[in-house]
Amino acid sequence: MGRTLAEKVWDDHVVRRAEGEPDLLFIDLHLLHEVTSPQAFDGLRKAGRPVRRTDLTIATEDHNTPTLDIDKPIADPVSRTQLETLRKNCADFGVRLHPLGDVEQGVVHVVGPQLGLTQPGTTVVCGDSHTSTHGAFGALAFGIGTSQVEHVLATQTLPMAPFRTMAVTVEGELPDSVTAKDLILAVIARIGTGGGQGYVIEYRGEAVEKLSMEARMTICNMSIEAGARAGMIAPDETTFAYLKGRPHAPEGADWDAAVAYWRTLRTDDDAVFDHEVVIDAAELAPFVTWGTNPGQGAPLSERVPDPASYEDASERYAAEKALEYMGLTAGQPLRDIRVDTVFVGSCTNGRIEDLRSAAEIVRGRRIADGVRMLIVPGSVRVALQAVEEGLDKVFTEAGAEWRHAGCSMCLGMNPDQLAPGERSASTSNRNFEGRQGKGGRTHLVSPQVAAATAVLGHLASPADLSDADVRTPAGV
Amino acid sequence: MEAFTTHTGRAVPLRRSNVDTDQIIPAHWLKKVTRDGFEDGLFEAWRKDPQFVLNQEAYRGATVLVAGPDFGTGSSREHAVWALQNYGFKAVISSRFADIFRGNSLKNGLLTVVLPQETVEALQQLAETDPAAEVTVDLVGRQVRAPGITAGFELDENARWRLLEGLDDISLTLREEEAIARYEANRPSFKPRTVVV
Repeated sequence: MGRTLAEKVWDDHVVRRAEGEPDLLFIDLHLLHEVTSPQAFDGLRKAGRPVRRTDLTIATEDHNTPTLDIDKPIADPVSRTQLETLRKNCADFGVRLHPLGDVEQGVVHVVGPQLGLTQPGTTVVCGDSHTSTHGAFGALAFGIGTSQVEHVLATQTLPMAPFRTMAVTVEGELPDSVTAKDLILAVIARIGTGGGQGYVIEYRGEAVEKLSMEARMTICNMSIEAGARAGMIAPDETTFAYLKGRPHAPEGADWDAAVAYWRTLRTDDDAVFDHEVVIDAAELAPFVTWGTNPGQGAPLSERVPDPASYEDASERYAAEKALEYMGLTAGQPLRDIRVDTVFVGSCTNGRIEDLRSAAEIVRGRRIADGVRMLIVPGSVRVALQAVEEGLDKVFTEAGAEWRHAGCSMCLGMNPDQLAPGERSASTSNRNFEGRQGKGGRTHLVSPQVAAATAVLGHLASPADLSDADVRTPAGV
Repeated sequence: MEAFTTHTGRAVPLRRSNVDTDQIIPAHWLKKVTRDGFEDGLFEAWRKDPQFVLNQEAYRGATVLVAGPDFGTGSSREHAVWALQNYGFKAVISSRFADIFRGNSLKNGLLTVVLPQETVEALQQLAETDPAAEVTVDLVGRQVRAPGITAGFELDENARWRLLEGLDDISLTLREEEAIARYEANRPSFKPRTVVV
């Protein structure tokens, strides 16, 4: 019987297989950041173990880093200690590090792909659940805990329990107004936050094949929000074109050998998935969340649901709790929800295409009075590219704040946070209670919806904007 | 890792579904560089409410958390497991756990037990009506026992053995040095390396 993409990549990494034991898998690429690694390095030190493969390991600073005044010492002493700890650990163990201030610094899941380190058919791990992002290249990429980080540092392998396979097939073409973010939010709302549990999801179908690499990363990134172990998309010409010429992409004969191998990484026609979900792309629309988990979402044109409409008691209770926390009323149109803050950034939507699409919408417009809009590029490279294209100016002229690269308000480990009761439209991945700051209320949206929302001050899509609010530049 | 064989203690009913790891331990606690000292961060936001179950005198010193479905979703932070352990929990019972959280818990000797939702609710009911009732989580016999409730549970045999013996995964894997070295020797040259180019 044929094999799925995920099974092929898995099989190619089995170091040891024994009856009744988890397979021992080889890890091709290990990404590190400051938050989940200190206790792992500490464990190595206590056991007197080295990092087995420093040449397959790379670190950057992202979760804690400030997005303002980066040339000054970090104000929060605890954050500073954590960054200093990473620097010391990388120096002591010989691991390549891109610290704050370095041109390759950025959100770890933006940095790996842009360096060309994330490649089809590789196994990628990181102590961060959004490692699923790298699956966009046809890599098998898992988020792991700190004990596993230590395990990979020491052995370059991981014992992994078997997984099940799920196909999410998106048939037809996405309407122009619908982005990868809308698609994945709709998928999560459909299968639920636990629906992907135990599965590696392969996204396929015409609509997925037409997506750019960056859009594919947005989709795979949020696989974890459906509870999945990983998300993958089969590599194709789009993937190869993205990789060609990147600093760590293979060259010459190695490139040819790599592409020949990458072309084999497709689910066989006779392979069978354990579960299949089919989505009609034409039925999708701009999508936003109203609740406190990423599965609690709806098309922007709809209303806040009535908890009483849920048959399942625990879902009903969760919806009641969510509306209470979010300060929303059942039946309220989603478009009427006013926001205080708009955040554009994160490993979900902090890449150049995301900034371009948000900039296109605010170009020549002003963001609404009383709304704060933060633009946080996913990496220094993304920021430099945006500046080259003049996007930073477009944002600042509209009244937005142009910041330094990092995770920022996605999780508010740095000073970028919501105040209690404040409400955001955020291009990040989690709307959990308090995620963006204690008492903060988060609506997950696409960069396009974020930008339109910033202009109008309430949840909105670009279609809600009129040309009348575009100002003609002075003197023209 | 400390071995887990069997544990008896009082239970805390946590009647919430989709308890994500941001709720278990908020991000600002993640700046610590140790594995201990997370107990005060456990469910930090909810603990500000005097009515929250962990603030009730009757549940002080309880060691078994009986939670709603989809416990531990979201972030991979192992700090969530450390926070539960630092607070004093030895086992968590739910009808469904998020994968990464479950893996993290078993690597730290925090036993996560999957039981059918109706059994979980029966245990919650018991802990609500009689907070002094003792619940036994028996990994040797793969059974949860409480007054009026006996339920078997499944756990992957390999994970169970590691927990019972308190085995360290890294030492076990390092016994496979030969297999790892053989695999490394056969990796294609086009595979990425992080050395500066």
